Amino acid sequence: MDAPPPAPGAGFDIAVIGAGVVGCAIFREFVLAGARTVLVEAAADILEGASKANSAILHTGFDAEPGSLEAACIGAGNRRYREIHHRLGLPLEPCGALVLAWSEAERERLGAIRARAGANGVEGVRVLSAEEVRAREPALAAEVCGAAWVAGEAIIDPWQAPLAYAVQGLANGGALWRDAAVTGGRREGGGWRLETAAGAVAARVVVNCAGLRGDLVEAIARPSPFSIRPRRGEFLVFDKRAARLARAILLPIPTARTKGVVLTRTVFGNLLVGPTAEEQPERSFAPTTAAGMAALLAAGRRVLPALAGEEITAAYAGLRPASEHKDYVIEALPAAGWITVGAIRSTGLSAALGIAGHVRGLHEAHFGAFRALPAPAWPAVPALAESASRPWRSAAPGEIVCHCEQVTAGEIRAACAGPLAAGTLGGLKRRTRVMMGRCQGFYCTRRVLELACARLPGLAEPLAARGAA
Amino acid sequence: MNRRSVIIIGAGPAGLTAARVLAGAGLADVLVLERAPEPGGLPRFAGHPGWGMEDFHRLLRGPAYARLLAAAARGAEVRCGASVVGLLPGGIVEVAGPAGIEQLAARAVLVATGIRETPRAARLVPGTRPWGVTTTGAFQEMVYRGGMRPFRRPVIVGGEWVGFSALLAARHGGIRPAALIEEGARTAAPRALAWAAGRLFGVPVLTGTRLVEIRGAARVSAVVVQGADGRREIGCDGVIFSGLFRPESGLAEAVAAIDPATGGPAIDNLFRLSDPAFFAAGNVIRGAERGAVAAAEGRQAAACILRALAGALPAAEITVRAGGALRYATPQRVAAEGGWLRFSGRPSRAAVRTGRARLRLLAEGETLAERMVRIVPEGGLSLRVPVARLAGARTLRLVLE
Repeated sequence: MDAPPPAPGAGFDIAVIGAGVVGCAIFREFVLAGARTVLVEAAADILEGASKANSAILHTGFDAEPGSLEAACIGAGNRRYREIHHRLGLPLEPCGALVLAWSEAERERLGAIRARAGANGVEGVRVLSAEEVRAREPALAAEVCGAAWVAGEAIIDPWQAPLAYAVQGLANGGALWRDAAVTGGRREGGGWRLETAAGAVAARVVVNCAGLRGDLVEAIARPSPFSIRPRRGEFLVFDKRAARLARAILLPIPTARTKGVVLTRTVFGNLLVGPTAEEQPERSFAPTTAAGMAALLAAGRRVLPALAGEEITAAYAGLRPASEHKDYVIEALPAAGWITVGAIRSTGLSAALGIAGHVRGLHEAHFGAFRALPAPAWPAVPALAESASRPWRSAAPGEIVCHCEQVTAGEIRAACAGPLAAGTLGGLKRRTRVMMGRCQGFYCTRRVLELACARLPGLAEPLAARGAA
Repeated sequence: MNRRSVIIIGAGPAGLTAARVLAGAGLADVLVLERAPEPGGLPRFAGHPGWGMEDFHRLLRGPAYARLLAAAARGAEVRCGASVVGLLPGGIVEVAGPAGIEQLAARAVLVATGIRETPRAARLVPGTRPWGVTTTGAFQEMVYRGGMRPFRRPVIVGGEWVGFSALLAARHGGIRPAALIEEGARTAAPRALAWAAGRLFGVPVLTGTRLVEIRGAARVSAVVVQGADGRREIGCDGVIFSGLFRPESGLAEAVAAIDPATGGPAIDNLFRLSDPAFFAAGNVIRGAERGAVAAAEGRQAAACILRALAGALPAAEITVRAGGALRYATPQRVAAEGGWLRFSGRPSRAAVRTGRARLRLLAEGETLAERMVRIVPEGGLSLRVPVARLAGARTLRLVLE
């Protein structure tokens, strides 16, 4: 628990359940709106569920269902990210995307993609000939027949963005409870009393953004109108050497079920290939599979044949909180003091700030408005993008610990301190890039553990404490 | 910019040995840049005996060997905590240290950046991503240097020599591995050592066994292995990926062609890279050899650098390729000079079953030299050829058949 609960009887205005990217954005939104807000997270750190694994793209929403809530939230989320990213120290690399056609039949669908983008208000979409595509992307396989160019698609840092939202919420008076899985709740005094693993918390209105457990949490208020069907998505991260092979984000033509396998550079300088899409019952963790990795290798090489010789730096799998609904399920229950934010299946990173604005609007319409903070603080998070001016480039960086990603001891210490200190080793990696490079910890694990052990105990025990092996 | 005679990148066995030779030859401005806080390279963390016989004529533990290497190189300036972040053509070195980034220049730059083990993802091992998955290098450093026990019952993957280093480190740390598994039909380390693993450490050595899945949520809980008799689960709390060393060649690729077969920079027999201001020595050339081999290469490269500084190195115009069951051949280019040339390579993994094979050097289809060799997994092979036989050759093929 990072902040004590308010005095008995006081309670919060808003309790946001779930510190994924959507929960962090909504938390920030309500704090800046002037609400006393608590963010309640089951895990030891933020972003431990669906938000820890995505394709790190800020979408324009060009291919969303026109008129859908998802399309509206992606559009608004994209605009708002572009407005605020500088003030929070967040990167934005406007590399554009190519939706690639690999057959004449696919090429004939490019016009419809451009038309749908227009219906979604996304400008700057053009259909390119095969020659134009090859001129832009010389490493593409020869079979490419054309593409739709979407100028506005961009890549961002998928972890520092939500971290920045949460940090700004905390800096302006919000509270974060970690290790606080919500186990139940009841109406009390016109609000809610939520039972959590870290104790009870009182709030006037609950916002359920519990992601992969969204339907389980929803059952506290009502029979859930959606059931989460976790969809596993595997990714391969190729070595930085491979990033030269792609300039734009390379997309296939999407199907009704999935956007398909994407090839994209990351702001960290790698090349990412994924995701796969397989439903699985398990909600809490997703394994990579031999079949999934083979499929991604094959898919990647079909698009960029030169990937065949490139080394893989990391492989991971994430879970998307898909449901039986195609669109988001976001609604206010005025009588129940509850706002549902569910089934954000795959576009949460792009849409989060838009969803947050929409949810604030729902609150104003049904529960009333707060008085916005007159002069909120805008703390910037450390910039981790390759293009950023990171501490190792500074005049006095001190000890460099991770040589693949050039992470200094100072950065590791900073990530282990403060109101949103790393709560897991994964969280430390996301905040610093340490152990995320090509050696995957071969050269730095010991030093990282030394620097982080006070904050992250239990990873290793001292040899002196020699028990029965 | 003030230009030094020589900058050496990496203070391991190759770099420190080169520094010793260069300083011993009278160069007063040799600079060794080491990104770690102290010199010595990977032997620093191998706290068991096995070093020093060839170069110091006694059997040493890794840390003692590292200290001797550093002491012998004291005629050179060794700057630790200095992380080289870029190389520019013509001998320019960009280095980041505690006091910021600076550009240095030298008439010759020796890249001796060594190796790292292939981690889990690059081996495409599926499963969850719990804590407890590491490499031998990181594990040894945690145990010997950090005084840490990251797990109590890990599985060791890979039967190269270094897998047995992992066993020794485990014993030092009071850690009892659940098994040592090797995909091949036999371990690369001698059978006697495999036998010893079972007898002395009580660790089952499972050959013909492949790791197919890692399980566990926060921490490793088990691995699934595939053997001749099917799949089974082995309970464990860690996984140590050992061996499959690859050159740490990220720096070299800025100024040199990388040979995809070795993963390291292509060199000639005078240890030069494609930009002749740069040289390479040690394991960065091709992956793991024993420390003494890397040290010997450091010594030979230093001799070549001394000749280069005197302006006496010929061009290397003959190209060398690997053929047959050979995974790679080094050097990749040669200058036909001196008395003898040594060509080296490693067998492909598929060739390991064949036992004995013929190693041949061919020029335009004609055999220049050959010998029978015994093939062991990950075992290096070499062929010495009198330079006179190369007369007129343009391309050479080193072939294992």
